[in-house]
Amino acid sequence: MKPLQDVLIIDLSQYLSGPCCTLKLADLGARVIKVEKPETGDSCRSMYISNVNMNGESSIFRAINRNKESFCADLKNNLDKKKVLQLISKADVLVHNFRPGVIQRLGLDYDTVKVLNPNIVYGEISGYGTEGPWKKKPGQDLLIQAISGVTTLSGNANKGPVPLGLAMADMLSGGHLAQGILAGLVQKGKTGKGCKVSVNMLESMLDLQFETVTTFYHDGGQPTQRTESNNAHAYLGAPYGIYETSNGFLSLAMGAIPKLGELLDCPDLLEYQEFNSWYDQRDEIKQKLANHLKTNTTEHWLSILEPADIWCADVMNWERLFEHDGFKVLDMLQTVEMSDNYQYQTTRCPIKIDGKVIKNTKGSPFLGENNDSITTEFL
Amino acid sequence: MLPLEGILVLEFCQFMAGPSAGLKLADLGARVIKIERPIHGEGGRQIAIKNLFVDNSSLVFHTVNRNKESYAANLKDPEDLENVKKLIAQADVMTHNFRPGVMEKIGLDYTTVKAINPALIYASVTGYGTEGPWVKKPGQDLLAQSVSGLTHLTGDRNDTPTAMGLAVADIYCGTHLTQGILAGLVRRNKTGKGALIEVSLLESMLDFQFEVITTYLNEPKALPERTKEGNAHAYLSAPYGVYPTSDGHIVLAMGSLIKLGEVLECEQLLQYQDPDLWFENRDEIMFILKHFFASHSSEHWIKKMEAEDIWCAEVLDYKNLLEHEGYKVLSFDQVVTLTNGEKVHTTRSPIQINDQKLFSKTAAPRVGEHTEQISKEFNLMK
Repeated sequence: MKPLQDVLIIDLSQYLSGPCCTLKLADLGARVIKVEKPETGDSCRSMYISNVNMNGESSIFRAINRNKESFCADLKNNLDKKKVLQLISKADVLVHNFRPGVIQRLGLDYDTVKVLNPNIVYGEISGYGTEGPWKKKPGQDLLIQAISGVTTLSGNANKGPVPLGLAMADMLSGGHLAQGILAGLVQKGKTGKGCKVSVNMLESMLDLQFETVTTFYHDGGQPTQRTESNNAHAYLGAPYGIYETSNGFLSLAMGAIPKLGELLDCPDLLEYQEFNSWYDQRDEIKQKLANHLKTNTTEHWLSILEPADIWCADVMNWERLFEHDGFKVLDMLQTVEMSDNYQYQTTRCPIKIDGKVIKNTKGSPFLGENNDSITTEFL
Repeated sequence: MLPLEGILVLEFCQFMAGPSAGLKLADLGARVIKIERPIHGEGGRQIAIKNLFVDNSSLVFHTVNRNKESYAANLKDPEDLENVKKLIAQADVMTHNFRPGVMEKIGLDYTTVKAINPALIYASVTGYGTEGPWVKKPGQDLLAQSVSGLTHLTGDRNDTPTAMGLAVADIYCGTHLTQGILAGLVRRNKTGKGALIEVSLLESMLDFQFEVITTYLNEPKALPERTKEGNAHAYLSAPYGVYPTSDGHIVLAMGSLIKLGEVLECEQLLQYQDPDLWFENRDEIMFILKHFFASHSSEHWIKKMEAEDIWCAEVLDYKNLLEHEGYKVLSFDQVVTLTNGEKVHTTRSPIQINDQKLFSKTAAPRVGEHTEQISKEFNLMK
């Protein structure tokens, strides 16, 4: 039995933050019904990346919304709204990511919904919380990254701000919402009572940076200083970074510099005997390491460092990774199928339960694909 | 009442991924007891950033282990192991991140532990799963990022592979661990049965890239190509990116280039009427914008664009952020007090329950700080 079997989720959310939360819950066994507006549906359907079109809609929509049903309804139309309220009255969980104020106007805020279904677990994601000067700002991933300070951490010191090249704020806030909803379901299983769970993307990005924000409070507000070269963490000493070799790249995590000097036969590194120097003189150490590692292949260095238990790795791209036995053994990919038999490949849920990987063959739904069956079943 | 009140978690995890999950569970109301080796405690106490230590443990340790207790036990000592088994018999959840095989040697593998407590949620974190050629590789954040392909997404085209400059593999994997544990508890409420939950840094990093990997797998396989300058997402069209202004930087998210050209009165943009060009010609479009924005301040541009609902924001560093009203109104920080009276100014949980922010005054424990108290409470041998 999948852990969330028999849990019914009504998902009013769009784009990525809410939908990636409900994808996890779907994979864990919940039934997820996406409520989508007429004509366009979830705006993510037409949000293309690198102009890729998969069976008429965006590849990211296909990735995020597999294993879900679609119920098309206009929340501003009374008849449709009545239907959605009927669905909500039977649901265990509701998820939305409207901007603060909008959900009240739609009459689907927690206080209203609670009257209809007192035991529901009600989950919501906003961009910046529900108060303060930013509450009306669009809750978009890159904007949140820019505001959150996270762009000061990646890349080398001579670069401007460097965003994380994925929708981190969306995915992390979705992950936090899933945690809160699941905790709410644990409580509901014990006491029968529901609750409201709220997260916002800015706080999720701050939580991601809890180490460095705490450091900032602790060291009296010292500015973030990335290393001049090979930066992989602005607050860590040498050798932490990615280094070019004669045929690729090698990453090195924490390790004792003199030991590295001996193993790599790089006498320049032997002068750094003091633990503190690995942080205080990290720029010059990294430069010396970078010059040295260029002289031979990634395989050569790994063959010396790995047996000596130095934390290091080959830097791979997907092409090489997907051909590697270390990847294949994970069985991380799956093929899913839409109702018109269009098939596509995607990743599976990353959580293993009782020794088994979780796969689901159901692809993403067409807009309103399940209106008839849902109407028959619930309305 | 917090949702996880009454849930007892034993945390054998060290470093970051597992303990970050324990912290989330603790803030949601669970009681989390770290099981640490005597004297030195878990390895994470010695892993510091900026070489900062508080009360002999790293500031990082204090950040990720507040709101927990510590019980010291040597798992190689039969008497200690017996006590730990007694604790396990009464626990709801246990987490560990030993490399595959270690718990079997100690005698706390799932099969053994399940016999002691069939309702237990047993959760483990590894670097690369439990089989295959990489099982013995160290499960460390930067290494998992490097292997997963992630380093080809951040930075500009001519940059070398660029890591995300914080422990994203640990943290993201921690969210999956938490989700798996909680899903296990949901099922247990119905069936009375426990569960084995397994996650790994590498699988979490692949899940993190699920949108772009899906795109890669279903198109004539083209590896990601970052934009030439100001890259913020290798797969998105202009104007998505970072731009310097006369006094700082701004970011622009997705949106119509035609509308942007009109709002900014930037005629050069109007030649790109076909939206397909916004991806195909993004380098030259971003180059035009870069030079255009250089003439005025960030505030000037943000004002102009926000008024027209263009998705943009000013880039802030920690100083500017923490002084901003938009940050202060969140009350996201809190101060915890250590046993020795020292204080750590840190952050709170990002999850709110019934509109309550989840604060906790409890600081991270010293090694074995609660051993005696827990021994009494659970009737363990001294």
